[in-house]
Amino acid sequence: MGQENRRVLNSLGRSVPTFIDGLGAFDPYRGPWSRLEGGHERTHFAPPLKGRMPQGSKVTPSLRQAIEASGLQSGMTVSFHHHLRNGDALLMAVLNECEAMGIADLTVAPSSLTDAHEGVADLVRRGVVRQIHTSGVRGAVGKAISRGEVEVPVVIRSHGGRARAIEEGSVVIDVAFLAAPACDPQGNMTGALGPSGCGSLGYAQTDARHARHVVAVTDHLVPQPLRQVSIPQYLVDQVVVVESLGDASKIATGAARITRSPVDLKIAQDAYRLIAASELLAPAVSFQVGAGGASLAVAAFVRDHMRQKGIKGSWGCGGITGYMVQMLEEGLFEALYDVQSFDAAVCQSLARNGNHIEIDQSWYANPLNRGCVVHNLDVVVLAALEVDVDFNVNVMTGHDGVLRGASGGHCDTAAGAKLAIVVAPSFRGGVPSILDRVQTVVTPGETVDAIVTERGIAINPRRKDLAEAARAARLPVKEIADLKKEVEALTGVPERAEPDSDRVVAVVEYRDGTLIDSVFQVR
Amino acid sequence: MRAILRSMLYIPGNSPSMIQQAPVFGADSVLLDLEDAVALSEKDAARDLVAAFLKTLDFGGQVVTVRLNGADTPYFEDDLRAVIPCRPDAVRLPKCSSPQDVRSCDALMTELERKNGLEPGTVKLHAMIETARGLSNVQAIADCCPRVTALTLGGQDLTADMGVRKTREGTELFTARCLVALAARAAGIAAFDTVWSDVNDNEGLLEETRTVIGLGFTGKAAIHPGQVAWIHRAFIPEPGEVTKARRIVEAAEAAEARGKGVIAVDGKMVDAPIVTRARHTLEMARLAEEVL
Repeated sequence: MGQENRRVLNSLGRSVPTFIDGLGAFDPYRGPWSRLEGGHERTHFAPPLKGRMPQGSKVTPSLRQAIEASGLQSGMTVSFHHHLRNGDALLMAVLNECEAMGIADLTVAPSSLTDAHEGVADLVRRGVVRQIHTSGVRGAVGKAISRGEVEVPVVIRSHGGRARAIEEGSVVIDVAFLAAPACDPQGNMTGALGPSGCGSLGYAQTDARHARHVVAVTDHLVPQPLRQVSIPQYLVDQVVVVESLGDASKIATGAARITRSPVDLKIAQDAYRLIAASELLAPAVSFQVGAGGASLAVAAFVRDHMRQKGIKGSWGCGGITGYMVQMLEEGLFEALYDVQSFDAAVCQSLARNGNHIEIDQSWYANPLNRGCVVHNLDVVVLAALEVDVDFNVNVMTGHDGVLRGASGGHCDTAAGAKLAIVVAPSFRGGVPSILDRVQTVVTPGETVDAIVTERGIAINPRRKDLAEAARAARLPVKEIADLKKEVEALTGVPERAEPDSDRVVAVVEYRDGTLIDSVFQVR
Repeated sequence: MRAILRSMLYIPGNSPSMIQQAPVFGADSVLLDLEDAVALSEKDAARDLVAAFLKTLDFGGQVVTVRLNGADTPYFEDDLRAVIPCRPDAVRLPKCSSPQDVRSCDALMTELERKNGLEPGTVKLHAMIETARGLSNVQAIADCCPRVTALTLGGQDLTADMGVRKTREGTELFTARCLVALAARAAGIAAFDTVWSDVNDNEGLLEETRTVIGLGFTGKAAIHPGQVAWIHRAFIPEPGEVTKARRIVEAAEAAEARGKGVIAVDGKMVDAPIVTRARHTLEMARLAEEVL
């Protein structure tokens, strides 16, 4: 087979396969814009058009009957969305049913895997699941993949990259099982209503438009017409009613709170100061932050700034938190583009506020459509597990080399935004976050403008203008190598876990489909 | 070492994760606490930890002080023996009630400095006034020993000793604050105000800090890193004040260059104390622009 012979070094010096049995050929990463410049075109994949006899019913009595009717067979590809977060019960229910029906060797292509999907590891061992395409992978599944238990390397994609892969047909979905928090008998559905309400169904929309067969699964069947429609009936083949889509308490999580950690607050404050110094916090600013630790806290500083200076932004986007909704309601943004809602507070806003706009995964971040939202971002603030002196960011593997993260919209927004700031504590649990070389590159340093830690701000040498502005604002700008040394004076330099570079267990696709890095089997 | 200490951030002496972050919050000084923040069962461990950090951690330009356990506790001497060789900028002696308390501490510090090859008086002493008796002896405490470079007011213990309730408005501490500030100014040393304990009420902290600056305090203690910026904010002079100060200092420098002793600004005579105050205002404005 000689997989070893089919690897090359990409433009970041990372060893990546050019061909993978079971997946086909891949191009190595050649820079963030290699497929955007020069009018790159390819065919748009389209699912078959299918007619139905008038007056028929789409409602199928059980999941098993729906699977039978879908024509799903061993070796095919199934997809799911992860909008129900850690509360999702559908993915495991479908795969367990498949196992009971003797269906095996499936390719599973969810928008991401969450803590609710730990059972996938056992399904891999039992042969039900043979391949995985995902954005995130953690816990038992991450460990199983990292140990080499999945025979075909797992493909890690960003949100934009997933939309691209589905639209260009790199991933062909045979059957999409879409959890529908509210659905009518014709298959019109929304995530903004119902006991399992999750907000936006942005990722599911991409699956619905491209899967050969679409099954809506709901625990809240409402009479037609459902007035708020995220996915329309003409994309849906069957409707299945189940008792529950999952654990509501883990679907509708409480509003994300601003961190109280003094270190995170210090990082957030300096990130905000850097944004202010960049002069991008002007009228009509567009803005995205993550939901975690320091990122969300940046939004709090930005909000105060906008209120004090009377600045009205144009839009916020991404995974939307209650905090961003509050900013919308205060008039600090004209609109929110919501591809994924992070907490319960967002559902109501999506249901009631016309300026809270649900967008699909492609609209959000696909680099090869004719214009995605993130390509017009002014500012994005992103987290990181580790960064390196070339500003590359790892959000996928821990320092032990085990998969425990999610690519998400990280590389999409970093590439799209005028100012991409990565925030991270300079060390965690005594392990430094700034390395010579990150374990796994998810976001290339070419698209990262600054790294903000509690001990200083490192600015990408490509952004001399930003460094000047930051210094003029008296921000603690440091060379990244100096910052690294300063941290290592405290922590020492830990010995890295060296994975087995002979065995690729996962590949990380850049958003354009080229391979940016490989994940190797842990020893 | 910084000359002006607006803020002094308390850091529990038994928390390595917090001590290692001491330099990052922009406080003018930090206080590693061996006293109230540390449970009895952890006194030895905290002492060793603080000593180890004093020897190894780069605190940047911050002034580093250590709050000792009281002289009436079995930990006091061990604290000093462990800490003095590490040469912090100062130690804080809690519950200073008389000049004798200071002198006893000074004697032991001198002995330890000599033993460790340090010039006697290297490590300064901040006397904490937090008993009614200490307050009644405050001027004598400030004056009794050149090692004393600051008085600090301990509001929680003092109100307890007085048998009164500590309120948001702080009326019960008004006299104590006036006495401590007055004694410190008379002795030409610094005065630190007590902590603002509600970490969720930064507006209240700002207001109180402005009030104590008005009474003559030179700095204030912080119990949370988030309080540091609010304390510093209270020290920012008004823009008009800065403009005026700049003109006074410029006039003074011009007069000096011409060898003239008497200065007039806007037709008014300006004397030396006003020039000194103007320079202080400019320094405060400069510090306000400094972002760590």
